[in-house]
Amino acid sequence: MSIRHGLLALLSRGPRHGYQLRGEFEASTGATWPLNIGQVYTTLSRMERDGLVAPGESDEQGRVVYTITADGRAEMARWFGTPIAQSDRPRDELVIKLAMAVAAKEVDVAEVVRRQRTATMRALQELTKAKRAVTQGTAQRLVLDSMIFQAEAEQRWLDHCEAVLKEER
Amino acid sequence: MTVVRLSEVARVHGEGATAVHALRDVSLEVGAGELVAVMGPSGSGKSTLLNLAGGLDRPTSGTVRIGERDLATVRDLAALRRRDVGYVFQDLNLITSLTAAENVMLPRELDGVRSRLAREEAMAVLTETGTAHLADRFPDELSGGQRQRVAIARALVGERRLLLADEPTGALDTRAGDEVLEILRTRCDAGGAVLLVTHEPRYAAWADRVVFLRDGMISDATDAPLTSAR
Repeated sequence: MSIRHGLLALLSRGPRHGYQLRGEFEASTGATWPLNIGQVYTTLSRMERDGLVAPGESDEQGRVVYTITADGRAEMARWFGTPIAQSDRPRDELVIKLAMAVAAKEVDVAEVVRRQRTATMRALQELTKAKRAVTQGTAQRLVLDSMIFQAEAEQRWLDHCEAVLKEER
Repeated sequence: MTVVRLSEVARVHGEGATAVHALRDVSLEVGAGELVAVMGPSGSGKSTLLNLAGGLDRPTSGTVRIGERDLATVRDLAALRRRDVGYVFQDLNLITSLTAAENVMLPRELDGVRSRLAREEAMAVLTETGTAHLADRFPDELSGGQRQRVAIARALVGERRLLLADEPTGALDTRAGDEVLEILRTRCDAGGAVLLVTHEPRYAAWADRVVFLRDGMISDATDAPLTSAR
């Protein structure tokens, strides 16, 4: 995913200037992906170069309002229509760490698992608290839900690791 | 204020070479306003722990206190359970020939509360669990999530300070499961004490403290938050 696709999605609701886009981007993603305004304007100018957005008039404070073009809408539709490939996601450091712990032989892998599980549970508790605090904004809630599902999957995987390692011993 | 306290509790089933140590040397407290979750694989002792905490089973050694009372000295455990402890299980055990409200009234009527007052109390907890509008329906006219919320209402009715929940989200989808936890959490925030047994991390995460049980022993726990540190 790139910032540009997120901005296209926001612009599909109507013309906006950079600060508006930044605010809406963060509100939608539950501030899990903070943008600085420089990134927003750099991205907008590249999108303008590629014909995905068009700059309009400046408002009274001199801020340029951008509008999505037909090409921009097509690019957005292409993005939403294409599933994310697993291989596009970054490697998981924890997986590598545990694999290396097993390979290293001198490491107490069960202890690594135990510590990680408690730490991940703490993170899961924090996420759950954050979710309870969300009173409006479905987008934000779903972002938190996604992080909760991921942390949960990690916990299950750690339990699985523990069970497998126990059998091996 | 500590609502339930287990001190160096052990539970052994059987004797000699075939003895099974379901729990060894477990110490655990749940305070007023606190939601504590116990996590562990099946056979780790979770349900034994819950049964001991609620006086459904007695420890082989160690003590269990509810409030100031040592359960070993309580003669009528059934009465203490009805008055002080609420239970929610995965299989909810609502009585199918009674309406939701009648199910919730039942423990109060068994305690000698007149039915008008019992009905008022039932409606109050049904409201708390978001099921007041279902009061006159029978269990088989309710969805799984609704039935579980009624079962929780039954566990909360009266002046019970302690709620014990054994896999209360069992067969529910994640949204209905979240609703169950929301109710338990709200109860704690209002000063109740809840001990929750679950094997699902997403529900354990609603707790103030998560205790990990392995082979009958506490292997680890997330720290209590500073606000409830004593």
